[in-house]
Amino acid sequence: MERTGSLFGHFRDLDQQRETASLGMWVFLMTEVMFFGGMFLAYTVYRWKYHDAFAAASRELNVTMGALNTGVLILSSFTMAMAVWASQMRKRNLLCIFLIATMLLGAAFLTIKGFEYAQKFEHHLVPGPNFNFPGPEAEAQHAEIYFALYFMMTGMHALHMIIGEGMLLILLIYAWKGSFTGDYHAPIENGGLYWHFVDIVWIFLFPLLYLIDLHH
Amino acid sequence: METRSEHAPEHIVPIKTYALICATLLVLTLTTYLVAFLDLGPFNIVVAIVIACIKASLVVLFFMHAAYAPRRTRLVILAGMFWMMLLIGLSLADYMTRALPR
Repeated sequence: MERTGSLFGHFRDLDQQRETASLGMWVFLMTEVMFFGGMFLAYTVYRWKYHDAFAAASRELNVTMGALNTGVLILSSFTMAMAVWASQMRKRNLLCIFLIATMLLGAAFLTIKGFEYAQKFEHHLVPGPNFNFPGPEAEAQHAEIYFALYFMMTGMHALHMIIGEGMLLILLIYAWKGSFTGDYHAPIENGGLYWHFVDIVWIFLFPLLYLIDLHH
Repeated sequence: METRSEHAPEHIVPIKTYALICATLLVLTLTTYLVAFLDLGPFNIVVAIVIACIKASLVVLFFMHAAYAPRRTRLVILAGMFWMMLLIGLSLADYMTRALPR
C-alpha cells in the first residue's frame, strides 16, 4: 500500500484517515452494545418475572467490593483518557506511564472480581449441582437464574477486560517504540474507545446486579 | 490538487475536563451506592438507572470524545442506542402483555 509518512494512500489527508478509523471503531462498539444487549434483555425479563428471588439473591453479593471495583474502573478510564491526551501531545514517556497505570487498574479490577467469584464458590452460589440457596424450592430455582445471569454478564465483562489488557500490552510495546507520538495515534484512540465502552458496561452492571434491594 | 481538509482538526480535551469528569463519576458512584440503602419503593430502580445513564453519557461525551465528534459518528451512536431501546422496549411490551401462566 502506498504510504506518505503516516498517511495511507487511500485517504486524502490525516484528518480524514483519523475520522475513518474512529467511525469504524464506533460501528464495532455498537455491535458490542447489541451483544451485551441480549444479556441485559434476559436479565430485565427475569428480574420482572422473579422479582423477589432476584432481590434475595442480589443480597448475597459483596456490595463493598462491587462499589470499589466501580471506582477502580472509573479511575482506569481516566488514566486511559490521559493516555490519549499524552499521545496527542506527543509525550512518549507519559503515554507509556498512563498505559501502564490503566493496565494496573484493570488488573486490580480483575483481582477483586476473582475474590468475589471465589466467595460465590465457597457459598455454593454457582449454578450447577452444588448450588444451594436457602428458602423454598421455587425461590432457589429463580435465584439460580439470577446467578446464571450474574456469572454470564460479569464473566463476559471480565473477558472483555482480559482482552483489553492484552490490547493495552500491545499498544504499550508500540508506544514505547514511539509509534504513536507522531502524526498517527489512531490505535491509542480506538483502544481508548474500547476501554471506555467496557467501563460503561460495568456502570450498568453494578446497579443492576448489586443494588437491587439493599434497604431491607 | 486541493489539500484543504473537509474534516475537523483533532480536538484535544484539556486535562482539567478529564479530571472534572472523573471526579463527577466517582461522586455519582457514591451517590448511587448510598441511595440504594434508602427505601424509595419502585423508584429505587428508576434512580439507579437514571444515575447510570448520566454516568454513561459523561463517559461517551467526554472520555470518548463524542461531544467533539463529527455528526456521522454521533448518528452511529444514536442508532446503536435506538436499536437497544427497540430490543428492550418491544420485548418487554410482549412479555408484559402475555396471558401465559407465570
